[in-house]
Amino acid sequence: MSTQAFHGTDGAPRDVDGRAGRLRGTFRRVWSLTRAEVTLLSRNRTALLVALVFPVLSVLALLTFDLEEGDAAGTGALTVIMFVGVALLYIVYYNLVSTYVARREDLVLKRLRTGELSDPEILAGAAMPAVLLAAGQIAVAVGAALTFLDLEAPVNVVLVAGAVVGGVVLFALLAAATTKITRNAEMAQMSTMPVFIVCLIFSGMVAPLDAFSDRVADIAQFVPLTPVIDLTRLGLLGTTGTEPAVGFTESFAEAVTPAAILALWIAIGYAATRRWFRWEPRR
Amino acid sequence: MSNVIDVEDLSRRYAGGFEAVREVSFSVRRGELFALLGTNGAGKTSTLEVLEGLAEPSGGRVRVLGFDPGRARASVRPRIGIMLQEGGFPGDLTVDETARMWAGTLTSSRPVGEALEMVELAHRSKVAVAQLSGGERRRLDLALAVLGRPEVLFLDEPTTGLDPESRQNTWRLVRRLLEGGTSVLLTTHYLDEAETLADRLAIMHEGRIVREGTVSEVVASQPATISFASGGSGGDPQLPPLDGARIVMSGGRTVIETEHLQQTLTRLLVWAEEHRVELPELAARPASLEQVFLAVAEHGDGSPPAGSGDAELRAETLTGAPGTSPGTGR
Repeated sequence: MSTQAFHGTDGAPRDVDGRAGRLRGTFRRVWSLTRAEVTLLSRNRTALLVALVFPVLSVLALLTFDLEEGDAAGTGALTVIMFVGVALLYIVYYNLVSTYVARREDLVLKRLRTGELSDPEILAGAAMPAVLLAAGQIAVAVGAALTFLDLEAPVNVVLVAGAVVGGVVLFALLAAATTKITRNAEMAQMSTMPVFIVCLIFSGMVAPLDAFSDRVADIAQFVPLTPVIDLTRLGLLGTTGTEPAVGFTESFAEAVTPAAILALWIAIGYAATRRWFRWEPRR
Repeated sequence: MSNVIDVEDLSRRYAGGFEAVREVSFSVRRGELFALLGTNGAGKTSTLEVLEGLAEPSGGRVRVLGFDPGRARASVRPRIGIMLQEGGFPGDLTVDETARMWAGTLTSSRPVGEALEMVELAHRSKVAVAQLSGGERRRLDLALAVLGRPEVLFLDEPTTGLDPESRQNTWRLVRRLLEGGTSVLLTTHYLDEAETLADRLAIMHEGRIVREGTVSEVVASQPATISFASGGSGGDPQLPPLDGARIVMSGGRTVIETEHLQQTLTRLLVWAEEHRVELPELAARPASLEQVFLAVAEHGDGSPPAGSGDAELRAETLTGAPGTSPGTGR
């Protein structure tokens, strides 16, 4: 009984309210779902604790390892870069795969689909607690790095913000697509492993891509997390590796390639979700 | 337009090739309750899912309030309410929080308290959904379906798992909604539910509609039955000629099937009086929906059965009081 059709908010006939009215409606519906999801998360102390503590511990462990390797970026920038990577991989990607699958298996998604929420609104609403947590952690990391770790004022804040927003959208979509190969919430640990490991090693979040051979680096720039990390490095430091830093204006030119790769991945994630996302358990 | 739902030659084929719905056509008029009956697997839910905009048809045309329910979800959904046969809720939210969440997604919503009152769940509003009984969860489902004051309400087996009192309450609520002008498409396998609530109904079998009409129209295809225990005082009496009636002996009972209940019964009773024959456990009963339903389940097309095996099946239904009132049929 797979009902795979994936409908947007745009029904054939246009709303009389026009675009602004529809957007208000979308916001109201997603907000209502978000409130319920946040309530649910707040009642699941274990999940909340793990989501808060795990990224911090991971970053500390990775930092220790990385500082021995010697990355030119400096502790402050590295901390932020790692928090971006860990938040996207763990809080957004892994966490959402298990959330989406749990809601699917409990028939909650099926129930939600009978109402006025559109399909993207349901996915967005269910994703909001993770998105807020991830954004919050990254913001705290930036604040802490600026205050305590000698992080200098970023070269281009727009790129950092764009990287985070784009990364959140991409990994939420990848999470939705990954539910296809995830039978139940526990299986999420297995099914997220390939993306998780490839991104951890080949995205430049732990070691800059310059550390790899040219051929590996060429391929690695197409790993989904790489453009996010590249844009973050570029925005923070004005360079993605060992080349000399560029200024605010030039950083936009440098950002074109990673931004295009990120956009491509978002398009792939969207298409995969449209095609594969199931709204109810396989029976 | 007086039809709120129009279905023309609807077919639905699953990925494996199984054809769950085969060229089904029917309409639901504004303000009426239309019931889809059928055994499990007859295609009721598969039909409903297309009308609800949850699944694509593989053939045919479907209109709900004039729209294609799958393509124009944003236009249709604010005006309909859907109660799935099986829908989930997060267990950690309370009844009240769940209803509030749903209300927040609706274009226009009743007050949450009013909807919970309607399904008699108001006293449970602070309870976590996980603590609710199956029947209470069903009623919460119903509360959400009516929360948006729908013009058209889809109810997929709304009273399955409810205790008799809750069923009566649900029926009362559905009647009240009908009086208020709501149109309802309901599936059920409780025949008394269809008999009490439905203005019109269709019986599905193996993906097709095999009978359609008002309850009395559908029932008219079946004969009425008179039955009594065989072997009363002094062995089986020789029955008088009963024009047009068929006599079947089955399970220790004599069953007479007739198109003209009053006439045949009069003749039988006059004959019994004249010959001083006692007819133990005498029961007379007009044709029932249950009879049609069982005939459909047996034969597929609902034609009157011929073999004694079928008579036996129906003979069981005769043991109840004549003219069984709704609510005691099962």
